[in-house]
Amino acid sequence: MSNKVLEGLFYTKNDEWVKVEDDLGTIGISDYAQDQLGDIVYVEEIKKGTIVNQGDIITTVESVKAVAEVYSPISGEVIEANHTIIDEPSHINGDPYGKGWFAKIKMSKPEETKELMNASDYGDYRK
Amino acid sequence: MKLIFEKSFPGRIGFSKPTDLFDDIKLEESIPIKYLEKNKKQLTEVSEVDVIRHFTKLSKFNYGVDDGLYPLGSCTMKYNPRINEKMAGLANFSYAHPLSFPDMAQGSLELIYRLDKLLCEITGMDKYTMAPASGAHGELTGVLIMRKYFLDHGEKRHKMLIPDSAHGTNPASAAMAEFEVVEIKSNENGTVDLESLSHAMDGETVGLMLTNPNTVGLYDEGIESIQKIIHDKGGLLYYDGANLNASLGIIRPGDAGFDVVHLNLHKTFSTPHGGGGPGSGVVGVKSRLIPYLPTPVVALEESSGKYYFKDVGEKSIGMIRSFWGNFSVLVKTFAWILSLGPEGLYECSKASIINANYVLAKLKEYYKPAYDRYCGHECTLTGREYKKYGIKTLDIAKRLMDYGFHPPTIYFPHFEPYADETIMIEPPESEGKEVLDDFINTMIAISKEAKENPELLTSAPRRTPITRTDDAMAVRRPILTYDDELRLKDELNYQEKDINF
Repeated sequence: MSNKVLEGLFYTKNDEWVKVEDDLGTIGISDYAQDQLGDIVYVEEIKKGTIVNQGDIITTVESVKAVAEVYSPISGEVIEANHTIIDEPSHINGDPYGKGWFAKIKMSKPEETKELMNASDYGDYRK
Repeated sequence: MKLIFEKSFPGRIGFSKPTDLFDDIKLEESIPIKYLEKNKKQLTEVSEVDVIRHFTKLSKFNYGVDDGLYPLGSCTMKYNPRINEKMAGLANFSYAHPLSFPDMAQGSLELIYRLDKLLCEITGMDKYTMAPASGAHGELTGVLIMRKYFLDHGEKRHKMLIPDSAHGTNPASAAMAEFEVVEIKSNENGTVDLESLSHAMDGETVGLMLTNPNTVGLYDEGIESIQKIIHDKGGLLYYDGANLNASLGIIRPGDAGFDVVHLNLHKTFSTPHGGGGPGSGVVGVKSRLIPYLPTPVVALEESSGKYYFKDVGEKSIGMIRSFWGNFSVLVKTFAWILSLGPEGLYECSKASIINANYVLAKLKEYYKPAYDRYCGHECTLTGREYKKYGIKTLDIAKRLMDYGFHPPTIYFPHFEPYADETIMIEPPESEGKEVLDDFINTMIAISKEAKENPELLTSAPRRTPITRTDDAMAVRRPILTYDDELRLKDELNYQEKDINF
């Protein structure tokens, strides 16, 4: 079982991560999530300009064994979506914290990250 | 094994057309140019014997209910008794033209009429439509009836509640009827969480789509409270008949408070299923919903004793399929019900429940059940324990194929924390104890292999014509036609080494 946790990111109980740089949050799904899903074959496109609240469904991913909803770990506006994962969903499996990122969100409530887990708490949560 | 296209030989043919009839006809004069295909289609040139041998060979690689146990959970892959086929093959049924005058097809109409009565008696509903051609088609028909009912009553309801354990077709059908889907979480017993349900049910909600026993094979004991919660807020309760095989002669959905029911005749009622089909997803309703059924229905004119097609009226959702449903499936269903009778139907459900609980009891020590309780007609085990050996549930299923079994349903339903790495086994009533024991012993042997020799599982199947396939590539770059094959062959670096036909 693969369960790599990257330091410096915040994590949700639903296995999303967010990396915060100033008021910009980059989001994706964790190594544990990609491993549980198995080979991902489809990701629904995330539209630039979408306004999301924390916990809203931001996209859907489909693997050979399941369809899973991805919830936004933070509130804000999508200012950039990763189009390469639409054509190559395998990036999410191969590099969930890097090439497999989903979207960049301009955060409207930066304080929300306080409700999320840090790397060590998340590592314990998915031990 | 070569594809039939690769067996092509220029000029070889399997039939002769009456040349003098077609010689003078120019295609361009018969069909408008804009409809003519510009590129010539790649068709194979083979003789009749080439075709027969090709498809006979392919058919030998097939596995169906006539070959052995087919324990696909939530699918009810039961044996299809031959008497059904014999009845459906009677010339008066098989040659009946759908546009015959009703006077000339009284027997066929009577069968539809009497089947309606039988299904009403079995399920506690008031009237059925035989039109829907499949389970999902029945669902769509059912939710459109619910939609029309509220429109007709001037109520604006736009939400549909669906448990997280539901078949994916439920939310899809609700969405096609333009409802917003609201997911209801399952509790630790694997059934609908009543608190979440009460919270979600309101005056803007159409109702709930429920499968009972549900998709993990568990009877929802909260049904009485569920129906009260839905009906108190003016909603309607929809019954997905996927798992009716656990209920015949035991409980009727109509008595449990369901307003709309669809049945999969190709599951519970023993008609062929899958590629053999076709299916039939007949829909039954309570009396207040009869005006909204698809039109027409078969009715009996008391004075003349004749059957006829009756227009349902202006409130009907309209026709949802051409002609009168998949009629031969209705004949097979009728034959099955009559050949079993009330006692036989009860025995069928009883045997299917005993079979599933037998498998559960024998295997729970090896494959942890998702829920620790008795099950309905199918049991939900998990392959969680084997993760530590690097074994996925998928590997267990693939290994079963090496032992000559069709694998059970895996990874469905899939919702954490309860139903994770699921293996859903449905051994229908047509399976005897020896068959189940064989299967159980094989599952136990695989459990041992997983711990001691996991490569046997991860490299499985090895004894089948096609070995482990690349599922992800098959979805990302599907090869569905010979044109795709030619187009993608180089790009995908297509390898034939694992296809040892």
